Amino acid sequence: MSTAVLPRENYLNTDYGLRSWFLTTDHKRICILYLLTITLFFAIGGAFATVMRLDLATPAADLVSDETYNKMFTMHGIIMVFFFLVPSIPATLGNFLIPMMVGAKDVAFPKLNLASWYIFTAGGCFTLWALISGGVDSGWTFYTPFSTLSSNTNVTLAALGIFIAGFSSILTGLNFMVTIHRMRAPGLTWFRMPLFLWSMYAASLIFVLGTPVIAITLLLVAAERVLHLGIFDPARGGDPVLFQHLFWFYSHPAVYIMVVPGMGVVSEIVAAFSRKRIFGYTFVAFSSLAIAILGFLVWGHHLFVAGISVYSALVFSLLSYFVAIPSAIKVFNWTATLYKGSISFATPMLYAFGFIWMFTIGGLTGLFLAALGIDIHVTDTYFVIAHFHYIMVGGAIMAYLGGLHYWWPKMTGRLYPEGWGKLGFITVFLGFNLTFFPQFILGYMGMPRRYHAYPPEFQTLNVLSSAGASILAIGYLIPLVYLLWSLKYGPIAGPNPWGAKGLEWTTSSPPPKHNFETTPIVTEPAYNYSELEETAVV
Amino acid sequence: MAIEHTETTEHVVPKRVYYTIFVILMVMTYTTVQVAYFDLGRFNAVAALLIAFFKASLVVLFFMHVKYAPKLIKLFVLGGLFWLAIMLGITMTDYMTRTPQEFPMSRVNTVQPLPAAHVPTALLG
Amino acid sequence: MSEIATSEAAHPAHLQHHFDSLQEQSQVASLGMWVFLVTEILFFGGMFTSYLVYRSTYPDAFAIASKHTVILIGAVNTAVLITSSLTMALAVFASSEGNRKSTVNFLTATWVLGFTFLVLKGIEYTIDFHEHLVPGAGFQMAGTNPGHAELFFSLYFIMTGIHALHMIIGLSVLLVILYMARRGDFSPEYHSPVEVMGLYWHFVDIIWIFLFPLLYLIDRHR
Ligand SMILES: [Cu+2]
Repeated sequence: MSTAVLPRENYLNTDYGLRSWFLTTDHKRICILYLLTITLFFAIGGAFATVMRLDLATPAADLVSDETYNKMFTMHGIIMVFFFLVPSIPATLGNFLIPMMVGAKDVAFPKLNLASWYIFTAGGCFTLWALISGGVDSGWTFYTPFSTLSSNTNVTLAALGIFIAGFSSILTGLNFMVTIHRMRAPGLTWFRMPLFLWSMYAASLIFVLGTPVIAITLLLVAAERVLHLGIFDPARGGDPVLFQHLFWFYSHPAVYIMVVPGMGVVSEIVAAFSRKRIFGYTFVAFSSLAIAILGFLVWGHHLFVAGISVYSALVFSLLSYFVAIPSAIKVFNWTATLYKGSISFATPMLYAFGFIWMFTIGGLTGLFLAALGIDIHVTDTYFVIAHFHYIMVGGAIMAYLGGLHYWWPKMTGRLYPEGWGKLGFITVFLGFNLTFFPQFILGYMGMPRRYHAYPPEFQTLNVLSSAGASILAIGYLIPLVYLLWSLKYGPIAGPNPWGAKGLEWTTSSPPPKHNFETTPIVTEPAYNYSELEETAVV
Repeated sequence: MAIEHTETTEHVVPKRVYYTIFVILMVMTYTTVQVAYFDLGRFNAVAALLIAFFKASLVVLFFMHVKYAPKLIKLFVLGGLFWLAIMLGITMTDYMTRTPQEFPMSRVNTVQPLPAAHVPTALLG
Repeated sequence: MSEIATSEAAHPAHLQHHFDSLQEQSQVASLGMWVFLVTEILFFGGMFTSYLVYRSTYPDAFAIASKHTVILIGAVNTAVLITSSLTMALAVFASSEGNRKSTVNFLTATWVLGFTFLVLKGIEYTIDFHEHLVPGAGFQMAGTNPGHAELFFSLYFIMTGIHALHMIIGLSVLLVILYMARRGDFSPEYHSPVEVMGLYWHFVDIIWIFLFPLLYLIDRHR
């Protein structure tokens, strides 16, 4: 099956020059634009984390000033959440794969897709401007009244940056939903769709239904700062807790924007590398939708100590437990898929295992936090930090890297070096756990988040965590280097190096400009691996 | 490319439907203003919202053709309203069940001093 | 997508390369607009939630404050917007019949009515300003807790302001559609831009249908 040369004409070499990239409406090129942009944001957000971990290596507040530290964690949060994690899988892999998986030439609205990237970049520039011209210190959560009345940093600029980038999310989600509804190839019924499409549909629902609420909320904060229209101003009888309601109406589901696409990636990888149809396909498909919907009912668990009523806290606590059900269904079904599969441990599969491990730890500690009694004990401690980094960094980034490795040969036509891939995974996995596991203990012992001085007895665990962070940083650099290397020197991949099922593997790598020579016709369910016996596995 | 959706040929709504809806909307606008000047107690708000909802439904169903639209679009309209209801409803469960002590807004404006050893969240007690 | 020359010779002028037919293209366009309107429901929903919370907390202050809004302009503007919705619906109807002249006329009428709304709104804001109803240092209101009344007017300005912004965006896009209609772009087979524009326009009308009673008509009888 494999050929020794790249296809003569593909989406990467049909046109040349900056113009052909910056004015492209090809979803595959837009994927590359996003890939470069978010990698840049990841590096900036990571730099802030590095400074924080360095400062936290000693109990004294000695590396940066208090104000600088406040700005560090704020900018780390804003950039990582809104400019890396939210767009990570959807804007890159989603953009590249959705049209290919549905068997279409492009997304439903290609120009809008390009516009989304420009809007995203504009929002990013606004936020970077806020950063360069002095920074923001309100925390990524922008809690009022500090953000509206007290903070004298660039809150308005940063809020507007997120407001603008929000439209990019909305338009991307809209584009994906319409594409999945209307652009499917003949024969591709909903229950023949790869699970990645189901999870992208669920994430798009959250984009479309949640993002407008964060947009208006941050606009209200900006209006309060600039125009003195005090919606959340306690002096006029406004309620700062209302801000938290609106903020978390988006920001809790936003966690699922980060993790549900990752679940889709993991489903693809697990099926491909165990040569089996995903166990309980329908359950996994619907559990994505269930997570997206239930995710909108539980935001109040971030407000347990903010002053909401006891009764409403009870309801939110109970509802939060329900989200565990579809999440557990997924983990169970992936595990069951492995049973009696012919498993191969290629790098993407290792990342998928990494995801399942991190997501399980992050999810279970999430249950601790959903319990009112424990939550009050550990609110605003490192326990919470560790929990959500397990989900958002451990989970989402593991899946992102796994997906990137899995589809890298499709995107570039070349394979990454497998040995380096495994080394990269091991470094990331060990570094991550060493960074964040000690933080569970620190949090339980009572170390609060957002402080850079702490009692000496916390030092051992903090040093461990900082050491882990340096390993993690190296772990992220390794794939960066060898993936770039593979662009020129990697072995030619051929159309389907993994012997995987799915429409994207039926076309050449890299794909031609319009993805398929002729519109594909689908006649079988997803992951129909049973009839494939003889295919070679790398 | 689409598989199951090709059935929808455009439904042409006769012009007089638009004019009829327009007249109803204008009459309802007049009615809602008039009703506001009568003291109906708490039913003023109910009446105003019912009329607004009725008007909005007419616009959605006829001017925006949802009455004749495919099921998918009906589903999206209902979905949007449902999510709005989630936001309004669940936020209100908090505000409707707060005790005065839990109401930071009323604290600012009440003269009653808080008890000295007041614990901010009743959750602890 | 016009830059992509496809090999198909019998390619309709307005058909983008990744669709098979104009009908499919127009269905996709209107579905896209509907999804966008769903996001708009939630965008305004954030403000409606704030309104509901504060109105239920300070019913008296809100009742007194709302009596200071200019009900005459509010009511006339409601009528203006409803009429513009009618003309918009008729424009869509005319374009689906391929009637170029009446499409242009109805679109023009819609634009003029929309513009009238904004002018009236501007006059109303000026009156509000002179009556010291703009939140901030200059805000004055007797007979109620001024802070709570300020909260009402904060909501009033935010909600009507964002609605007006939607009107301005709508009017700008309407100009483009009007230009296309005059040029004779639309036909019974291809008129989905007019249709999609209509959906947006009616939605903005619906928002006002709710804003009017919520902001102007609370307990007018007092
Ligand atoms: Cu949450």
